[in-house]
Order: sequence, then C-alpha cells, then structure tokens
Amino acid sequence: MAKLVEIRDLKVEATTDSGRRVEIIKGVSIDIAEGEIVALIGESGSGKTTIALTLLGYARPGCRIAGGRVSLAGRDMVTLSEKQRAKVRGTEVAYVPQSAAAAFNPAATIMDQVIEVTRIHGLMTPEEARSRAVDLFRALSLPEPETIGSRYPHQVSGGQLQRLSAAMALIGNPKLVIFDEPTTALDVTTQIEVLRAFKSVMKQGGIGGVYVSHDLAVVAQIADRIVVLKGGEIQEAGTTDDILTSAKHPYTRELLAAFEPKPRQAFQAATAPAPLLKIDGLVAGYGQIQADGLPLVRAVENVSLKVEKGRNLGIIGESGCGKSTLARAIAGILPAAAGNIVFDGVKLDQSARQRSREQLREMQIVFQYADTALNPAKSVEDILARPLTFYHGMGAKARNARIDQLLDMVRLPRNLRHRQPGELSGGQKQRVNFARALAADPKLILCDEITSALDTVVAAAVIELLKELQRELGLSYVFISHDLSVVEAICDEIVVMYGGKKVEEITPAKVKAPQHPYSQLLFSSVPRLDPTWLDGLEQDPELVRAYCRR
Amino acid sequence: MTMTSSETTSERMTGSRFGYRFNIVGMIGLSVILFWAIVAIFAPLIIPYPVGEIVDLDYFGPMSADFWLGSDYLGRDMFSRILMGARYTVGISLAAVTIACFSGVVLGMIAAVAGGWLDTVLSRFLDALNSIPSKLFGLVVVAAVGSSIPVLILTLSVIYIPGSYRFARALAVNINAMDFVTVARIRGESTWYLIRSEILPNIVGPVLADLGIRFVFIVLLLSGLSFLGLGVQPPYADWGALVRENIGGLPFGAPAVMAPSFAIASLTISVNLLIDNLPKKIRDRSE
Repeated sequence: MAKLVEIRDLKVEATTDSGRRVEIIKGVSIDIAEGEIVALIGESGSGKTTIALTLLGYARPGCRIAGGRVSLAGRDMVTLSEKQRAKVRGTEVAYVPQSAAAAFNPAATIMDQVIEVTRIHGLMTPEEARSRAVDLFRALSLPEPETIGSRYPHQVSGGQLQRLSAAMALIGNPKLVIFDEPTTALDVTTQIEVLRAFKSVMKQGGIGGVYVSHDLAVVAQIADRIVVLKGGEIQEAGTTDDILTSAKHPYTRELLAAFEPKPRQAFQAATAPAPLLKIDGLVAGYGQIQADGLPLVRAVENVSLKVEKGRNLGIIGESGCGKSTLARAIAGILPAAAGNIVFDGVKLDQSARQRSREQLREMQIVFQYADTALNPAKSVEDILARPLTFYHGMGAKARNARIDQLLDMVRLPRNLRHRQPGELSGGQKQRVNFARALAADPKLILCDEITSALDTVVAAAVIELLKELQRELGLSYVFISHDLSVVEAICDEIVVMYGGKKVEEITPAKVKAPQHPYSQLLFSSVPRLDPTWLDGLEQDPELVRAYCRR
Repeated sequence: MTMTSSETTSERMTGSRFGYRFNIVGMIGLSVILFWAIVAIFAPLIIPYPVGEIVDLDYFGPMSADFWLGSDYLGRDMFSRILMGARYTVGISLAAVTIACFSGVVLGMIAAVAGGWLDTVLSRFLDALNSIPSKLFGLVVVAAVGSSIPVLILTLSVIYIPGSYRFARALAVNINAMDFVTVARIRGESTWYLIRSEILPNIVGPVLADLGIRFVFIVLLLSGLSFLGLGVQPPYADWGALVRENIGGLPFGAPAVMAPSFAIASLTISVNLLIDNLPKKIRDRSE
C-alpha cells in the first residue's frame, strides 16, 4: 500500500511565559498507509493531539514546529505557506474535534455548516453538496437523513452531533481524517453507535485516519495500528493485535493492566454490618415547587439505598440519570424535597445549612473536576489547613504535622505543599482534593465521578489509593461513576440508575448477569479490549430504542 | 492539553527575575503615576511661588525662565498652581475611588454569596442610583450642600459605587458557582469567610483593573465639576478648575490653558496604560 502520511523526526517546541523553550514532541516518526487507521494513544500531555494537529500543518498558539517533516500525499505540511495549507485543509485532510457541541455554530443550521467546506473550496454546487451530505448522513446511520440538516445543533443529541461533525469532515472527500477523542464525552451506550458509524464509513471510503484517544478499548475497535505515546516520544508502535496481546514496553503494559481491575477483597467487618447511611424515598430536583410540594423537574425520584460501615456503594448510570443530583441531595447541597436521610443512626436535616458542624464533618464530598474544586488562589497547604482549623481547631504546629501526614497518605511529595493547584497535574489535583476530604476525618466520603477526568493509568492509581485508605482508616465510600470497571473495582454493592430512578441493585459478583434490561444494555456496552468486540456485539434493537437517546 | 501560553516571543520582557513579567508600557505608566504622586506629596516644598500671589506683570504670560509654564489670567505662576493642583486632583480622586471600590466590591460579593432577597434589594437600589446621570447628581448635591473637599469625595464615591458593585457582583457570581465554594459552604463556613477567603483572592486582579478605570473616570468627573465651578474653591484649584479659569487664554494659545490639560491627560492615560499592563505572574518556574 502506498504511503499516505510520512512523519519524520517531528519536533514541536512550546515557549513558556518566562520565555523558556520546551520541546513537547521529541522526534516522532509515523507512517500511515492509504486507507489505514492509526491510533495515537497516551495520557493527557503526551503530545497526541499536538502530533495530530501537525498533520493539518497547525501548531497551537505558543507552539511551533521546530523540525522534521510531515508529508501528506507528497506535500510537506511544515514548509507549505499558510495559503497553501488552507487549500489542503478540508480537501486532503479533515479534523473531527472532541466536543462537537462546541465546534458547531449554534446560530446556523447543520446543513449550512456541513457543506461550508465545499463552498469555501468551490468543490461542487450547493445542490450537489447537499445531496452528498444526505448520503453521508445515511452512511453514518443518522435518523431522518433527508431533514436532519435543516435542524439547529441544539436540536440533535450529542452522539448525533458527533456523527454530523464527521460528515462535515468527510464532505470534502479527504484522504485523511483526524479524530480527536471524538467519543470521550459520550455515554457508553451512545459511543457504540458512533464508533460503528465511523468505522463503516471509513472502511467504505478507504479513507486513512488518525484516531486520538486515551481509551485503549475504544481504539482497539477501530484502529489497524496503535502508536503509544508518552512525554512526546513514541513508546511502542505496532498492529492492534500485537499491542493488545504481546505488548513489550512497560508503559503499554501499564495501560493494559489498568484495564483489568484487580478484584476487591470484600472488607469483613468484625461485627455485624451496621447501616451507616440509609436513604428512604428520596426525591430531589430543580425548578419551582409544585402544589404537591415537589419540584417541577425531578432529577431523583424515590430512591432508597443503604451503605454499611466499611463497605462501599457504587452508583452507576449515564449522564443525566440523576446520580450527581443524588449525591448533592445526600450532602445537603441541594435540599431534598422529600425522603429521609439517616446517617449513623441520626436523621439528618435535608439542607446542609441546618446540619451541625459535626454531621457535616463526618460526611465529605469529593467532586469530579479537581480544577474547579480547588481554589486556584490558594496553596495546597492553605487548602488542607482550613478543614483542620475549622473542624479540629488545630494550632499551627499540629496542623503542619497533619498536613505532612495527609500528603503522605495520598502519596504526594511533602514539598508540594507550597504549590498552587494550577501548578499540579490532574492526578495530583485529585489527590489534594481527596486529602482535603480526609482532613475532616470523615466516616463517609461521597465520590462524584472522581476518576472520570483522569487518564486510565492515573485513575487506576487513584482507585488503588482509595482501597488502601479504606483498609487503613475504615472509611465508607459512595462511589458515583458512569464507568462500570471503576465501580466494579471498588464497590461491594452497585446501584444502577436510569431516568432518576433506581432500576437495580446488584453485587459485583453478579455483574455478568444483571436482571433489569437497562443494566444488561449498559453493561454490554462497555468496550472490551478485544478488536472483534464491536463487530460481534449484538444488542436488542428494541432495548436500544427504549433506553438510548442516540 | 499541553502548553496553553499564548504569549508571543517578540513581547518585551523585563523584571522577570522577581517571578513577574512587567512590560515597558506598564512601567512608563507606573513612573508617570509615581511622579504625580510624589509631586502631590511634596508640592508645598517645591513650588517656586505661593499659589495665590500675583507675581507676573502680564496675564497669560508665555513660558520663561522665571515662569516655567507661563502665568494665568491674573498673572499667577502656572507651574506652582499645577503642582499644588496635583494634590487636589490626585488626592480627592484617590480617596473617592478607594471608598467607591471598597464599598462596591464588598456589597457585590455579599450579594453574590448571599443571593435571594438581599441580592435583589441591593441590586435594584443600586440600579436606581445608577440611573441618575452622574454629572447632574454631582451638580445637585454640590449645589445643595456646598462645595468642600469631604462633600466632593463622598459625592464622587456615591456616583461610582453602583458600577463597582455591578462589576464585582458579576465576577463573584461566577466564582460562587465553582465547586470549591460549594465545598467551603458545606463545610459550614460563614458568608464572611466565603467572601474574604474563597472569592476575593480570585477576583482581585480584575477588581484592581476596574479600580484603575474608575480612578480615571473620577479624575475626569472632578475636572468637569471644577470646570463648572463646583469643585475645589479659589484661590486653590485642581487641574479641572485651572482649565476653566484660563479658558480665556485659548485664543492666545497661552500655556496656562494647555499645561493643566496635559497634566490631566498624562495622569489618566498613564493609569490606563498601567492597568492594561499590570505585572503578570510567571507560572513556569522550572528554571
């Protein structure tokens, strides 16, 4: 097969705000044959998007292609002038961004935006472009391909929008399409449909692709070859089968290992398990209170659950199922409209304002985005010191010693305490976020998607840390996630939520055989590290229609 | 994902060894402001002639070795009068802007954090105040109470509180929606702690920039009031009053009317230059 792309010894430099130059891509060479899909995989900061963007001849502000060659169909994108590059973009090489929702203009119809490329490059008449777009919509198995183009971006779902952005990329008949984490923001049940559509359209057209992702299982379904990156260097490259079955590089193995959660030994309480948290008929929501005393939009409806001392409860469901609202209602951030919350034998008030300081201390909540959960203007030391002063009234000396202890507990170096959150990596921030909850000496920690913003390897490390701390401190967790493997790894019991209601409660041992149809659908949609998984997957179309908002 | 710094390398950088970057334009602004501040403090010691005394035989006299900036409509030394005028212009404006921004920012943060009826009442009251044209309000108050320096300071600050409140509230509402504020709130922290420790540190940058802009507005409004004869009373004069007194010299191209105008322009432009180019902290410390 002829070579479509030849990247040779590519170097990209970034200039920091003190004027220092940092090499972020350190001599990378990649070949892509015509019609081949190559996946770039690695953690955030590994340079995978930066490399993908150089194929468009583009470097982000502050960055510069410092050396090497990126030839695409015989043209070197590095040396082309900006005008020549603009000609190539959209016709030879196209880009599908991570967040289609942010990439579409909300004020124009989808059709106008999809055929814009043909207008800019003068490829075909608008009529031709429209009929070609409809063909593409059909190929991408979008519903109502004839009329979907006349809608506005907010009138279609996230999965559909992501496929529409692929249509936008494909309309100029490119030889190479760059997918930049296109399914990362989607629910697993939606992801399947999008992946299928991408795969079939790429194979049919014989289009070459670069698929950027941090999710090895997703990549395994679509890519012919995988390139593993870390720190701007290629760690390992090979065919998908080779990488999955006989990975040589330790980092690749680490990535693979992160996929196989170590089974959790159930924590055996010495005494009979006593319920720590008991929730009965909880209703919470938003909007005006109606005549029946309940809010207009009920995000959580009549949920009851129980957490026992030293044991963990997982809550799983896709976005919008009310799992985060449930956590907020338990913590009292969003006062529940009805229902009882009994914590450690005492009935808690529904609003956090009415709860005593001691009650607040014993139940801590850790949020998903450590970026917004840590005050960017404060040092790690100040962030951890506040709960110590506030709850325990510690003096400066005791506080200092305790901060060191806490940093040790979450495996952070002690000298990190003077840094501000902006100077930490994602995993480090999440650890500080967690250490702040530990500082209160809680009995129960509500973890709201705490690993979702982290890379696979980092997330696995955080999960291990949680398990260890539980053994040492006898904590209980309520673990909220959309990621089944994470919940499986840490929880004794799993609650599946759908549309604000609890649909099933199961134990990890029985995950293989869920009873409720939605649980079955959800669990079967989690990608496996098996390249044939997607093609072999069969889901009841009836079920899919009932539960998926694709 | 990786580097998001959008600075260009061509930008001139100085003072980076303190961990801050401060560009040359900002430095020029700062030095002009410092110059006027020093002049304001030491004016009585350096003026060559008493401000009230008629020292020149001619009126609207030209620049000369004796009278560096010429003389005014009565033959008083313009140089001395501008130096002394700096005291009123800089002093009154600084006092007014401090009061206005302090009250506005504190009220704005309280409204954002407390929300509910307090927010509504405060916002509507200050909106109502905002709807009164500022010059008119100044004219009415000063005409009614009489012009003295405390009255001027208070009037100017009341005029600029609503703007500062709106600005601070808008910023604080954004910060208030962040998770770390929620965390502090369910920790059981008081409103005062939330304002002081969680919100203020995160809005202080824009608030300082706003303070700079508001300072400029106040200088101009004060000059306007003085120009209308309601500002600082004779024989003392701030820069606005100096322009008004000597407006008759405009046809003769007298330095007496140009010099105070240049003084106002230099101060306001410098403040703008400074706040647009405040020192930025360098995040990359791995050198």
